[in-house]
Amino acid sequence: MAGSNPNAKPMNLTLNVWRQPNRSTEGKMVEYKVKDISPEMSFLEMLDVLNEDLLHAGTDPVAFDHDCREGICGSCDLFINGRSHGPEKGTTTCQLHMRKFSDGDTITIEPWRANAFPVNKDLSVDRSAFDRIIQAGGYVSVNTGGVPDGNEIAIPKDIADRAFEAATCIGCGACVAACKNASAMLFVSAKVSQLALLPQGKPERKTRVENMIEQMDKEGFGACSNIGSCAAECPVGISLENIAILNREYISAKATSNNLA
Amino acid sequence: MLLDSKIPEGPLAEKWEKHKFNVKLVNPANKRKYDVIVVGTGLAGSSAAASLAELGYNVKAFTYHDSPRRAHSIAAQGGINAAKNYQNDGDSIFRLFYDTVKGGDYRAREANVYRLAQVSVSIIDQCVAQGVPFAREYGGLLANRSFGGAQVSRTFYARGQTGQQLLLGAYSALSRQVAYGKVKLYTRSEMLDLVMVDGQARGIVTRHLITGEVETHAAHAVVLATGGYGNVFYLSTNAKYCNTTAAWRAHKKGAFFANPCFTQIHPTCIPVSGDYQSKLTLMSESLRNDGRVWVPKTTEMAERVRKGEVKPQDIAETDRDYFLERKYPAFGNLVPRDVASRNAKQMCDEGRGVGSTGLAVYLDFAEIIQRIGAEGVSQKYGNLFAMYEKITDENPYERPMRIYPAVHYTMGGLWVDYNLQTTIPGLYATGECNFSDHGANRLGASALMQGLADGYFVIPYTIGDYLAATAPKPVDTQHPAFAEAKAGVEARTEQLLAIKGTRTPDQFHKALGHIMWEYCGMARNAEGLQFAKKEIQRLRKEFWSDVRVAGTGEELNQTLEKAGRVADFIELGELMVDDALARNESCGGHFREEYQTPEGEALRDDENYAYVAAWEYQGENQPEKLNKEELTFENVKLTQRSYK
Ligand SMILES: Cc1cc2nc3c(=O)[nH]c(=O)nc-3n(C[C@H](O)[C@H](O)[C@H](O)COP(=O)(O)OP(=O)(O)OC[C@H]3O[C@@H](n4cnc5c(N)ncnc54)[C@H](O)[C@@H]3O)c2cc1C
Ligand code: FES
Repeated sequence: MAGSNPNAKPMNLTLNVWRQPNRSTEGKMVEYKVKDISPEMSFLEMLDVLNEDLLHAGTDPVAFDHDCREGICGSCDLFINGRSHGPEKGTTTCQLHMRKFSDGDTITIEPWRANAFPVNKDLSVDRSAFDRIIQAGGYVSVNTGGVPDGNEIAIPKDIADRAFEAATCIGCGACVAACKNASAMLFVSAKVSQLALLPQGKPERKTRVENMIEQMDKEGFGACSNIGSCAAECPVGISLENIAILNREYISAKATSNNLA
Repeated sequence: MLLDSKIPEGPLAEKWEKHKFNVKLVNPANKRKYDVIVVGTGLAGSSAAASLAELGYNVKAFTYHDSPRRAHSIAAQGGINAAKNYQNDGDSIFRLFYDTVKGGDYRAREANVYRLAQVSVSIIDQCVAQGVPFAREYGGLLANRSFGGAQVSRTFYARGQTGQQLLLGAYSALSRQVAYGKVKLYTRSEMLDLVMVDGQARGIVTRHLITGEVETHAAHAVVLATGGYGNVFYLSTNAKYCNTTAAWRAHKKGAFFANPCFTQIHPTCIPVSGDYQSKLTLMSESLRNDGRVWVPKTTEMAERVRKGEVKPQDIAETDRDYFLERKYPAFGNLVPRDVASRNAKQMCDEGRGVGSTGLAVYLDFAEIIQRIGAEGVSQKYGNLFAMYEKITDENPYERPMRIYPAVHYTMGGLWVDYNLQTTIPGLYATGECNFSDHGANRLGASALMQGLADGYFVIPYTIGDYLAATAPKPVDTQHPAFAEAKAGVEARTEQLLAIKGTRTPDQFHKALGHIMWEYCGMARNAEGLQFAKKEIQRLRKEFWSDVRVAGTGEELNQTLEKAGRVADFIELGELMVDDALARNESCGGHFREEYQTPEGEALRDDENYAYVAAWEYQGENQPEKLNKEELTFENVKLTQRSYK
């Protein structure tokens, strides 16, 4: 069965895949061949083919994280040919299609590499550090019930739109993997900017940024040296401007901190 | 067993207020003495876990994801309904209630739906307070759009990422409670069984997906918010991991399963492109506000399009059949999902389908592009158009989209009473996991509403009624029932690993999906269903003698996880077929070919089938027992749905 392009020719590829049994055992690259890959397939469908082959051959399939396969859940996280989510700009691994590759290509597939993201197995990493950063302050402290009517707070459209843009971060960790310092600044800045821009986030503005940065440091993410590979490799286009906002928020929080007392 | 839906007495509009007053309250100082397990951290689970923790209960929240933010709810695109009437266009709580009951083809409970419409307004307020960046007008107030066949604009949205923004809001509330120590979060932990002590739900068994460790957890009550079972069809718009295991395990422990055959097929999805296809991608329903659905008028023309001899954009207006506009002049392209899906299938069955497989119809934006320009269209639908192009390599600004119906949502689920309690005392079900408020067909933008209504505004009240009658004694996992359930889970894992057959879990899943789609999909008939039942039974036997799982149980083993889920899907599939066979009428998403009007529309039989079918498990290889909850309608008149 062919898809939109009936003339697309199947491809044969060589894959170099990182295999690591668990967190405490060392890993290595292993070479596999896959045949008859349709250019219409997604990258993960190509890995499905590999895994079915491995399973039939009695070998342990390659573990990798994925779920929605629509570019929104942030589960998929492959480092493909030295780039977060591979060669296509603004695209998660699950939305990358094989038509971006050619017959005979060798493709290198690795997990995110960062101290704060230990490997679970093969290509799956532990990104719970991101959850702990959000737990440190990535919220507005309101309980369920007893809140004002939704239209009681008018928010200028451009502010709402900018907050929305920042809020579209999918928490995949591509920014960390792309950064030579493995910094999580883009991730943290997206949440800090969203809530700093909105009136709802203002009351906790200072403590939020301080606590989130403190947690980020504790998790072992590196420092930001303003190179911008994070934003360049972000699959959903979170802008560097957020890091500028984060810096501003942090400096002003430190200067006038509620935490001094 | 007699089903007691516990619908409160009194006029419809007063039931919920009265009920809230009548339910027992747990003394504030005592709340911290109760432990509640919430399985699932999507919209329904995160909102429930956060709200219960805020009240003072100790919550243990479980998810098989690595973070609550990855739940399938994140993928919802279009929006969330609420009867705010901000647009002054005639909306009201009663209208939302009425639309939902009618849209569900009169197979939902009036009292529940009315409550849903009532609390819908609070959901928006809550989300705004959390900092959810909904779309706004230039004046700074919240924007709305009309969605999914509604004739008023009551849908709130955040561009094409409404589910993401709502889930991140609920996740932030949950994260705050984790930081306070009121919620203990168990990620990468899959519930594999329910533990019952003296007829009550008292805990769960989980497997940690990274270490393989099997653990037991105790609580005074258990809430399942584990999502829907659309993946029983293999291909669906659901995320790959969505499965029925938690609900199915609970079913086998005594929770009735309601209306399993009510599944929703969404009309606007990107068509299948090949055998390797692993999932289907939804193109938001909002596109039908501006896109026009059509196929070539003749099979000859369709044939030429399929061969690539003619481009769709070159086909003259007179050679096109805008079949929805033609057949349903009042609603046109905005007819409900079941109607739109069935009509698309009919066009393809007639040989007028397009695309290389012939299983697609066009969704055309030429007119709106001409009216407001490509820039304007991009502002409205840019991310959807980009996603379409990424997947199909075709540019929808130049060439109409190809779409085809795909499995999307399951209206069926665990039977619950008005309190959202299942037939097992102490076991609750919320969100898509329960059989919910959507009857035989769900309206667009109503699932997000229901999940958050259940979690933020219903369960925090109703669970107190049960807990207040339960002694606040500490719970532990010492009771032999825990060890027994754990041993059962371990034995099943061993069994799956020991078979060492020749077919992979994915192969079985695809085979099941094929049977379900062909015989229990968009159109069903008795003969096909009987055939499907035999096929599923055969597949089940083969599965347990021929499935192949590599590796061990003491590690991250995705094939093992998958095998367990597929085994449960196979059993559920058979029940769906039984349910479809037992319902000798057509209603909503359940279209039995034997029961249709002369015009080919669904023909309900209110005399005999205005009930909820609640199936009771009877033991391994025993036919399940059908219990009926009769539905009574006092506030809406049952009519034949007409969208003409
Ligand atoms: C593509 C798409 C678009 C949609 N768009 C809309 C829309 O615009 N508007 C609308 O109203 N609805 C929409 N829906 C429907 C809606 O998104 C879902 O019905 C809803 O989000 C379900 O929420 P939930 O909380 O019940 O379940 P889910 O979000 O599916 O969450 C289930 C949770 O349970 C956990 N879980 C499941 N089983 C287990 C287990 N055994 N052990 C441990 N954890 C478990 C999962 O980890 C997850 O956390 C859409 C659906 C799809 C597929
Ligand atoms: S699998 Fe969800 S973003 Fe890729």
